[in-house]
Formats: sequence, structure tokens, C-alpha cells
Amino acid sequence: MARKGKVFKYGSNIDTDAIIPARYLNLWEPADLAQHCMEDLDAEFISRVEPGDIIVGELNFGCGSSREHAPVAIKASGISCVIGKSFARIFFRNAINIGLPLLECEEAVDNIKAGDIVEVDLATGKITNLSTGKSFISKPYPDFMMEIVNAGGLVEHTKKKISGAK
Amino acid sequence: MTLAEKILAAHSGKDSVSPGEFINVKADLVLSNDITAPIAIKEFNRLGVETVFDPSKIVMVPDHFCPNKDIQSAEQAKMMRDFARKHKLIYFEVGEMGIEHVLLPEKGLVLPGDTVVGADSHTCTYGALGAFATGMGSTDIAIAMATGEIWMKVPPTIKFVFHGKPGKWVGGKDFILYIIGDIGVDGALYSAMEFHGEAIDALPMDGRFTMSNMAIEAGGKAGLFHVDATTRKYLKGRAKRKYTEYFSDPDAAYARVIEYDAAKIEPQVAFPHLPSNTRPISQVGNIPIDQVVIGSCTNGRIDDLRLAARILKGKKVDKRLRTIIIPGSQRVYLDAMKEGLIKSFIEAGAVVSTPTCGPCLGGYMGILAAGEKCVSTTNRNFVGRMGHVKSEIYLANPAVAAASAILGRIASPEEIA
Ligand code: SF4
Repeated sequence: MARKGKVFKYGSNIDTDAIIPARYLNLWEPADLAQHCMEDLDAEFISRVEPGDIIVGELNFGCGSSREHAPVAIKASGISCVIGKSFARIFFRNAINIGLPLLECEEAVDNIKAGDIVEVDLATGKITNLSTGKSFISKPYPDFMMEIVNAGGLVEHTKKKISGAK
Repeated sequence: MTLAEKILAAHSGKDSVSPGEFINVKADLVLSNDITAPIAIKEFNRLGVETVFDPSKIVMVPDHFCPNKDIQSAEQAKMMRDFARKHKLIYFEVGEMGIEHVLLPEKGLVLPGDTVVGADSHTCTYGALGAFATGMGSTDIAIAMATGEIWMKVPPTIKFVFHGKPGKWVGGKDFILYIIGDIGVDGALYSAMEFHGEAIDALPMDGRFTMSNMAIEAGGKAGLFHVDATTRKYLKGRAKRKYTEYFSDPDAAYARVIEYDAAKIEPQVAFPHLPSNTRPISQVGNIPIDQVVIGSCTNGRIDDLRLAARILKGKKVDKRLRTIIIPGSQRVYLDAMKEGLIKSFIEAGAVVSTPTCGPCLGGYMGILAAGEKCVSTTNRNFVGRMGHVKSEIYLANPAVAAASAILGRIASPEEIA
């Protein structure tokens, strides 16, 4: 999947209630959740987002609850990856587990504006702002996490382990 | 090693672990609720395994939108109930349940030295018992249910020391809000928090649960207390299996040590829209309110209700606001009845609800309209957390919440008592 698209830029401490308000937690189908993604923070998000688009946040993106609904909603909305200066812990593992790539890169965040067109190469961690021509390298994943990412998520990763053990 | 490191080493078959290391941890208890279980079950089914690793170590609690608030919640709750019954898990039906983080310690299901993983961010509450407990997502919990193991990165530990003796109306809620106000909502990101000092030693169990509960609001992975006489007394009659007490080594390596003087801390109020946006009660000013909520996994235990009742007994809440009191479990509810607290609440003009998360996450039982302000003993005051995006939540301890209910504005208990 091409990880290339326009940028939605948000601030620090974007919490899971902003990503998917709790009143929608009686839903769990990804497509249904996506309909309400970012609703309270950016009412236009869902009508403007297109496959491949990228969210850029500042510090502590995804703080708050453990709801996996948050990365699920983002992924199902068409967002191809999230770039931030730092991520909240549970959000980070949830995103990795379900296959929503997160990239940590301060420099990139400081040099990307809302609406810029950005391309990301996951294999190398290279983030290119096509609107300015500048590129950046994100912090690499630890090997252990790369295994999960490469397997396509934690369920696939565990499946392999279970069948390997048999 | 620190307390966290010792527990994690013991559960990953290692002599020692150090911060940053990736390990596979054996879980003593795996938790989910009516919101997170459905996704966990779906992922569990995708794994293609037939059975859970050990039904006696898996708990499901219908607390967030239960008793079912609408049809969709009813469907979710049913999915969880069916799975729990099929696999013979530990399951608490409405009637015996409570908010998961009030219920599990109360039932003696979490013991010192345990590792607990839960698909709920406030799983860190159990750190109060000297267990390593942390919140995760539903997929993690699916894996843990199937295999009994889950990956973790060993966190660095930050040590917090509270010296001295706190004032009359200052407790665990104020200590933890004070910390978050000091270090910020990401001040302990990826870290374990460890609490020490005379003020901590003197803190009753319920106050400790409150502090561990909000470790996540500082970004923490866990919030830990050492076992002492208070813990052992709490566990007496509850613990049905043997447990191990772990203690940080005198020379354990901490990422940071932060010290406070408890005597200088006033009751804290966290202003909208972040738990770190704290002010001492004396600096709050005149803020009229529309609702007061006393409850949740943060402050829905018996000590919290006793504190609220001390203020509300024989008084009336301001007629312009709604006061909603939610005991954290059926046990808490019963105890509050026996002690006459429920009567005091109702006579004061409050409503008392059956145990549920309810308004804490904007579910039901007290949703706010645009422009409304609420003083709440819960743990998060994010935009829209309790209702309309233009509503506001002020976080405080139960005494401040009760005093505010009487005066119709955010108030100090000193103004009443
Ligand atoms: S009471 Fe609130 S914070 Fe606690 S588990 Fe329920 S929704 Fe979460």
C-alpha cells in the first residue's frame, strides 16, 4: 500500500477520546468506527480523508484509554501512517499490533504542515515532504517490534509462533 | 533491581531484567470488559486456537455500559457473556459486579507479586497491592488469553517520595494529581512509578488504589506500592492463594527520584481539559457547576464514600445541580448502606446509582450538555469525556466534590466542615 497522501496535522496530547469518542464504543466494526474518527477534534476529517493520507501529531499522541478502537478507527479511515514526536504507550502497542505504522521523528513533525503531501517508506524509515522536497529519517523500530510489523500484526506473528511450536 | 524489575524478571524466567529489554511475561490474570472484550474475542477467534490457556486466570467484567445502556451495548455485553460462559472464565454478572478495578482487588483476585494485564488502561490500579499491572489493547489480551504470555518492554522506574504529614482533606487523589500537575501527562511515559515516604506509608489502601489508578494519566505503565502492614491487613480473608512480596533493592537504579513535602500540598483540582492542568483549591476562584459525580475506579471505594458522606450528612446539595453518587461495586454499595451513607446521600438530595462506569467515560447516567461544568472524582477530563465537547470536567477528591455539591461551585471542604 502506498503510504503517500496529504497531511492532517494536530497538536500534543491528542487523546483517545478525541480519536474516537467513548459514546461510539458500543460499535466495533472498523468501518463504523471510522465514521466517527477525530469527530470532536476535527469535524471535517472524515469527509476529507482519502486512502494514503497521513496524520502528523506532536507529543504523546494517543494518550488516555486502552481502546484499540482508536488505531482501528484511524486505520479504517484510510490513514496510512501516523508521524509524531512521541506516542502514548498503549496506543503505540495497539497500533503496532493491528498494523497501523507509527513513525517517531521530531524533525519531520517540525517541518511538515497541514495539507503538505508526504511520502513514507516504511522499510527505510524515510519520510519525504514532497511539498518542500525535504526528507527525514525516523527512529527505527527495535528488532522485536519489526518482527511483529513484518508479520502483519500480533495475531499473525503469534499464529506463526504457535504453528512453529507444534 | 526495582520492584517492577523483580516482578517482571520472576515472570519471564530470568534472574534479572533491565529497562529497555523486551521480554515475554507470564500473566497471572488477564482482564477485559464489555467494551474491549468483543474485539479481543474477535482476534482470539482469528488465532485459530480452541481454548484459553487457563480459564481460572481470565476475568471479564461487564461494567462500562452495563446494565446495558442500549441495544448495541447489549449485543457487546452478550458477546462477552457467551464467550465467558463457553470458556468457563471468571465472570461477574450484573448483580455481583462492580467497576473492574474496584472489584478484582476486593475479590482477592489480584495479589502482591502478580503480573496482571488488562484491556483497560486503568489496570495499573493493582500496583497498589505490589503487583505489576498494566493496561494494553484488545489484541494483546487476545494473545494473552490464548497463550498466557505477552510481550513487554521493561520500563525504567521513577521514584516518588512524599515526606511529612498531609493536611486533613488531602489524600491519594491529591498526591497523584499533584504529581501529574508537576511532571505532565507524559511525565512518566513508558515508565513504572514507585511511591514512597511517610505520607505514603500512612495512606490507607483505598488511597493507594487511587494513586496507582492514575499512573496512566502521567503516561505511566504501572504505579507501584510496596507491601506493608496495611496491604497485608487488606489481603487477610481475601487472598485465597499464596503470594510473594517483592521489594526494591536499596541500591536499585531509578531513572529519577522526585521528592515532595506532603504538608505543603492542598486539595488539588484539575481544570479542563487535561489531568495535568491542576491548581490548589485555594486558587480555584468562583466556578459555578451543574453536576457532581462521585464514583469510578479512581474514587468509588468505601473510604471515598465515607469521606463524601462526612461532608454531605445533614446538609443539602445546591438545588441548581445534580449530584450523582456511584458505589464502585455491590460490596461497596452494601457497606455504604450498612453504615448509613446511602441514606445521608439521598437525604442530601443526591442520586445513588448501581455500580457502573457510566458517566466517567460519557456512557450514560449523567451526560453533560454543552456549556455544563462538572466536578468529578474520576480520572480524565479530556474534551467530550463526559458528554458534549463544550462541557467541562474538573477532577477532584471526594471531599472537594461533596463540598462543591453543597455550595454549587467548586469549593473546599474547609468551607463546610
Ligand atoms: S470507571 Fe472510568 S476510568 Fe474506570 S474503568 Fe470505568 S470508564 Fe474506565
